[in-house]
Amino acid sequence: MENGKRRLGSPHIRGPLSTARIMQCVLLALLPSAVFGAVNFGTRALLHMAASIVACVLTEFTYEAFTDQRLTVGDLSAVVTGLLLALSLPVGAPLWMGPLGGIFAILIVKMLFGGIGRNILNPALTAWCFLRIFFDGPMTNYACDAYSGATPLTGLLAGETSDPFPMLLGTTGGCIGETSAIAILAGGLLLLGLGIINLRIPAACFGTFTFLLIFFGGHGADEVYLVTQLCGGGMMLAVWFMATDYVTSPVTGSGQILYGILIGAAAGIIRILAREGIPEGIAYAVLLGNLMTPLIDKLTVPRPFAVKPRKVK
Amino acid sequence: MAYSTFKGGIHPHKRKRFTREKPVEIYLPRRELIYPLSQHVGGASIPVVKPGERVLEGQLIAKASGDISACLHASVSGTILAVEPRMTLGGTLVPSIVLENDGRYERVPLPSPVPWQELEPGERIRKIQDAGIVGMGGRGFPTHIKLSVKNPKRIRYVIVNGCECEPYLTADYRRIVENPEWLVEGLRMVLSLFERAMGIFAVEDSQRDAITALQLASGKEKRMEVKVLETKYPQGSERMLVYACTGRRLHSSQQPSDAGCLVLNVETVCAIYRALAFGKPLTERIVTVTGKALAHPWNFRVRIGTCFAELVDAAGGFVKEPKKIVAGGPLMGMELTDLNVPVVKTSPALLCMTKDADSYFTPSACIRCGACAGACPVRLLPLKLMELAEQEQEEEFCRMNGMECIGCGSCTYVCPARRNLTQNIRGMRKSLLAKGIR
Repeated sequence: MENGKRRLGSPHIRGPLSTARIMQCVLLALLPSAVFGAVNFGTRALLHMAASIVACVLTEFTYEAFTDQRLTVGDLSAVVTGLLLALSLPVGAPLWMGPLGGIFAILIVKMLFGGIGRNILNPALTAWCFLRIFFDGPMTNYACDAYSGATPLTGLLAGETSDPFPMLLGTTGGCIGETSAIAILAGGLLLLGLGIINLRIPAACFGTFTFLLIFFGGHGADEVYLVTQLCGGGMMLAVWFMATDYVTSPVTGSGQILYGILIGAAAGIIRILAREGIPEGIAYAVLLGNLMTPLIDKLTVPRPFAVKPRKVK
Repeated sequence: MAYSTFKGGIHPHKRKRFTREKPVEIYLPRRELIYPLSQHVGGASIPVVKPGERVLEGQLIAKASGDISACLHASVSGTILAVEPRMTLGGTLVPSIVLENDGRYERVPLPSPVPWQELEPGERIRKIQDAGIVGMGGRGFPTHIKLSVKNPKRIRYVIVNGCECEPYLTADYRRIVENPEWLVEGLRMVLSLFERAMGIFAVEDSQRDAITALQLASGKEKRMEVKVLETKYPQGSERMLVYACTGRRLHSSQQPSDAGCLVLNVETVCAIYRALAFGKPLTERIVTVTGKALAHPWNFRVRIGTCFAELVDAAGGFVKEPKKIVAGGPLMGMELTDLNVPVVKTSPALLCMTKDADSYFTPSACIRCGACAGACPVRLLPLKLMELAEQEQEEEFCRMNGMECIGCGSCTYVCPARRNLTQNIRGMRKSLLAKGIR
């Protein structure tokens, strides 16, 4: 009751969920993929994760320290960015790749736009695209000690068919955290169960994507084809963990559905039209969705309780 | 089981166990009593007593000033000490009547009771007016104005608001459990004014005992029903309640009567019963005195005008340092800066918390999670409105329906970035209302 205290008025209590708690939940949900990546690809995968997380956190810390801003490292969002980035790298990539992408993600994509909540594009995903464009070779070299040759999706796009079960389980070539659809799905379900995300974006996205592939993919409702398409190219990780990023997705329910459909459609079109070129088209689809978010938000302002639609003057 | 409710809202910790099973105890004030002249919506009451005068319990001490106003009665017998500005709940000085309690509790002799059924409807409303009854759940709108609708036939529902959706509060719950027959009789009195209306007791599904008590008491009544609603905040808010009970929607500039509804708080109905059955004016109410900081949280029947500080002592005093003291519930209540302010007609609780959310949490940047939009019972976009309020963009704020906000605080409660959404939106609304913008 001392004087000079901040008095803001009601409400006088706050709910249990904080930004840091949300990020902890996301990290927990990424744990299955990370563990699987480490088991599947060995210690080098762990080194990738550590390097990229450290780079992200240090970049955010340094930037905020130098510009005299309040430190936000404690909210763990940089850790999430770092981990997501590492999970989308091929294990054979040079170890400096994660940190380089991390610095780009945090400094250029996040901090220069005003820090957490202000970025237009998903930092991890944008950094991945940046690396993919500038370091084409190492970023698509999925060969490692355990597996060699093309990934199932590149194989499929080249006209071969393969058994989809290793893809579900994750015992194939690919990026560190993207090979096991089951591990990612477990994480996604965890986020759903904890109430961190809702089904709108993933359902709209996968629904539209599957619809397009069945009707325009040229293979009909062929399970092997569909499963390979859905699980390949980082589709799972991008949709469950990157498209559902709060900051870069619409706020309202109808907006989220629209956004999901847009991403699913863009990803489907890229897969169908660019037959051999871009297996990881989902990344560009999500970025397109990110860019559309401000517009979608403007178009989907909900009508308040009992308020009649406004007449256009 | 799915019960009717509204879209949105929050499920905060209820914390009602502190006082749920504590029967209402009468608390007799020891010190002077203070009666602020404006404890209601409308014009301030005009004192009719002078310092030095001796008054009896139940005696009129201030009369209504015009139509939208209410009268005030002494809640104990004693001597008027002064009529002077005193500190009130809101932290402002308000002209008040100060009464020294002589400890004898001598009552004004009650008039020989006339059965209320024999009175004309107009006279019934006048008796309610003379008893100084105001809405005891919210802002304190004079009840006689609420009951004097232009066309009583248009009222189809009289809803008794037993949804005590705020955490900690158990005053209405205790009233329902302990005196359900008073409420039924009170509702019968109100229904007698509106021949085509149905009476609804609205109770949340977590209050099992209250539902049973009301069902037993109102079982034989053809014009009454007990409506069980989902336990959710802000279920007791007028517009949400009307919607959950009848499916009719009201926007911010409409009154429940526009949807053929009348909403009365449990405690108000009880006051109506006592006014019409015994001619007793409104001089007391149930106050829940609760919170972790107190030794023995309890429900008390408190005389209006009693100091909050006395209630703290009555509840065993502080066992922990109170970090924040609130008059009312934790979501809509008002923070007290000084405990030496009086209980008024609209004070349902005194809450002594050991944690102060305002200094405990630091607001950070919005992460656009949309939780506020999901929790908003009016379906606004609090994140957008707060941004507009910060930039003082009045026109855009109104265009985004900022004036529809009911100030329930759900958005601030759910915000993971701990942003003070309601507080900012409320500030903007206040400044716009002051400019006459609706």
